[in-house]
Amino acid sequence: MSDSKLLLTLSGLNVHYGRLHVLKGVSLHVNEGEVVALLGANGAGKTTTLRAICGLLRPAAGAISFAGQKIAGVATDKLVRMGITQVPEGRQIFGPLSVHDNLLLGAYTRLRARDRGVEEDLQRIYDLFPILNDFRARRGGSLSGGQQQMLAMGRALMARPRLLLLDEPCLGLAPLVAKQIMETITRLREEGTTILVVEQNARAALKVADRGYVMETGKVVLEGSADELLRNRDVRRAYLGKDYEEV
Amino acid sequence: MSAIYSPRYECMDREELRQLQLERLQATVNRCYKNVPFYRRRLDELQIEPEAVQGVEDLRRLPFTTKDDLRRSYPYDLVALPLREVVRFHLSSGTTGAPTVIAYTANDLKHWTELVARNLTAGEITREDVVQIFFGYGLFSGGFGLHQGAEAIGASVLPVSEAELPQQVKIMQDFRSTALIGMPSYALAIAQALEDMALEPNSLSLRVGLFGAEPWSEERRAEIERRLYLRAYDIYGLSEMGGPGVAGECPERCGLHLAEDHFLGEVIDPVTGEPVPDGAEGELVFTTLAREALPLLRYRSGDISSIDTRPCGCGRTSARMARVFRRSDDMAIIHGVNILPSDVARVLAEFPAVTEHFQLVLDRQGSIDELDIRVELTGLPGDMANQVLRIREQIARRLRQELGVDLKLTLLEPRSLHARGTYPRVVDKRQV
Repeated sequence: MSDSKLLLTLSGLNVHYGRLHVLKGVSLHVNEGEVVALLGANGAGKTTTLRAICGLLRPAAGAISFAGQKIAGVATDKLVRMGITQVPEGRQIFGPLSVHDNLLLGAYTRLRARDRGVEEDLQRIYDLFPILNDFRARRGGSLSGGQQQMLAMGRALMARPRLLLLDEPCLGLAPLVAKQIMETITRLREEGTTILVVEQNARAALKVADRGYVMETGKVVLEGSADELLRNRDVRRAYLGKDYEEV
Repeated sequence: MSAIYSPRYECMDREELRQLQLERLQATVNRCYKNVPFYRRRLDELQIEPEAVQGVEDLRRLPFTTKDDLRRSYPYDLVALPLREVVRFHLSSGTTGAPTVIAYTANDLKHWTELVARNLTAGEITREDVVQIFFGYGLFSGGFGLHQGAEAIGASVLPVSEAELPQQVKIMQDFRSTALIGMPSYALAIAQALEDMALEPNSLSLRVGLFGAEPWSEERRAEIERRLYLRAYDIYGLSEMGGPGVAGECPERCGLHLAEDHFLGEVIDPVTGEPVPDGAEGELVFTTLAREALPLLRYRSGDISSIDTRPCGCGRTSARMARVFRRSDDMAIIHGVNILPSDVARVLAEFPAVTEHFQLVLDRQGSIDELDIRVELTGLPGDMANQVLRIREQIARRLRQELGVDLKLTLLEPRSLHARGTYPRVVDKRQV
């Protein structure tokens, strides 16, 4: 009867950095086709959670499963083939390469297979981000911050991910550019892309998300639908600062 | 198949539900520890860190919360958020001593409304119905809770509340009410009123009734259905879990579907506190999973039931709790008001003329439940008749005032109760 389907599940995830216990039993899930926001202040453990999901950190305890398979400890490149792609904070695009080549690199897992869909996907990315089409011959490094973010997202989408992980996609962007990025997420959501997005800007993220989690000091303190979280005091605090009072 | 209000949650895959419960349980424990000094103190004393909960089964490592904990926290001590976030309060039905308080944020009210709407839908109430609610509207959560749910499904709601019987009947006739919601004892009182007025129940438009807030037997259900010409469903809630909306019957009537996305139910042995085997009977214990203003961990309901997780014919996957007929403590419920023997003892202690030996007798006269408090006199007063009458009036008035229900007081001769050794504190003659 229920139409949702679990794609990603974390249960009781524990991660240590040396002697520092940074994730203390994090549990969350993302259903197929859902946009889920992971919110919290700096140091709450959001990025660590993403890094554990995409295989960059090995959890000390707890389980991660993706499409029914246990993936804790699986290498990152294998996870990409399985369908998990991350757009890291700070974009990390290839500066000397052209926009076009950067995008093609995103499909590297498929180029070897001579996937005919690559051309089609390129067209789709150019439709999604017309500015990338205009600048397709330019060096990636010459793009503005917002354009680089679009390029990083476009490159990730070229891998045709089943799950797209976005780490602070609006960090350091001008408000208007950030808004464009968020609009892109809305559009991807309408197309059925499953997204887990880490954001400090709770209000912006919850406007495009279905659900969200709020993290504090390595733990989840709140789970709920986007509109419930927008009404919640802890979320307003996380976003607006402790002593902010709404008028 | 009948309608389901929130298939997303009511028909959730059990594994998916387990994951959601774990997430919400951890978040609730973390918030309790962070925001409620009572829980922080208690967990610290027991040296339990909130991160001890890594799986749903770890819930068992947490301490219980009792009604006494709630009473001692009256009125604000368990509220997890500043008052400016709270939009509503309700108080438990018992009016004695310190009542228990439940606070709601805007999100809590929204969830509550949805949960009640699920119960109403399961009980075959739709937007076509004219719903007459005779639960009390006030500090008691029943009236408002059912009202919000009925409005949410778009029914036409008559908040008749605790109006006198003739008015209930008149409204039922004039508005052609199709659904009744309230206490089963009151439904029977309405049936009696119809008979007294020589009105045929089949001349009315009644179709369905949702009843709760006090235990009622299958015999009583059959009687209500026969005398009111409707199909009667059981609904379950407790003010500490926010009121009605915790569980409700579906047309299969094989237990009450528990809102497991909002309440984590356990069944424990009331004496040892240990979990009973799956499906066995014991005391229901609830942990709130999405409550913001007043999260509660492992609250001991005092209600005896069992939980069945097997699929139900209605299509819902949520677990079903057995109907509640008994309590683990001696609490008596009359007209939806909870009466604890300890509350009665406290009042009686004010009067040297009576001893601490007393008994609560619940019985039914016609369709009306009656409470008789029988208490031993310390000694026989000199001027017998006059004295006894005067003492009885004094104590009865005080008890009525403290307990908030009408009652009868019977004074017994000294030593007549405890001379026979032990005696039951509560005798309920209503359930046969």
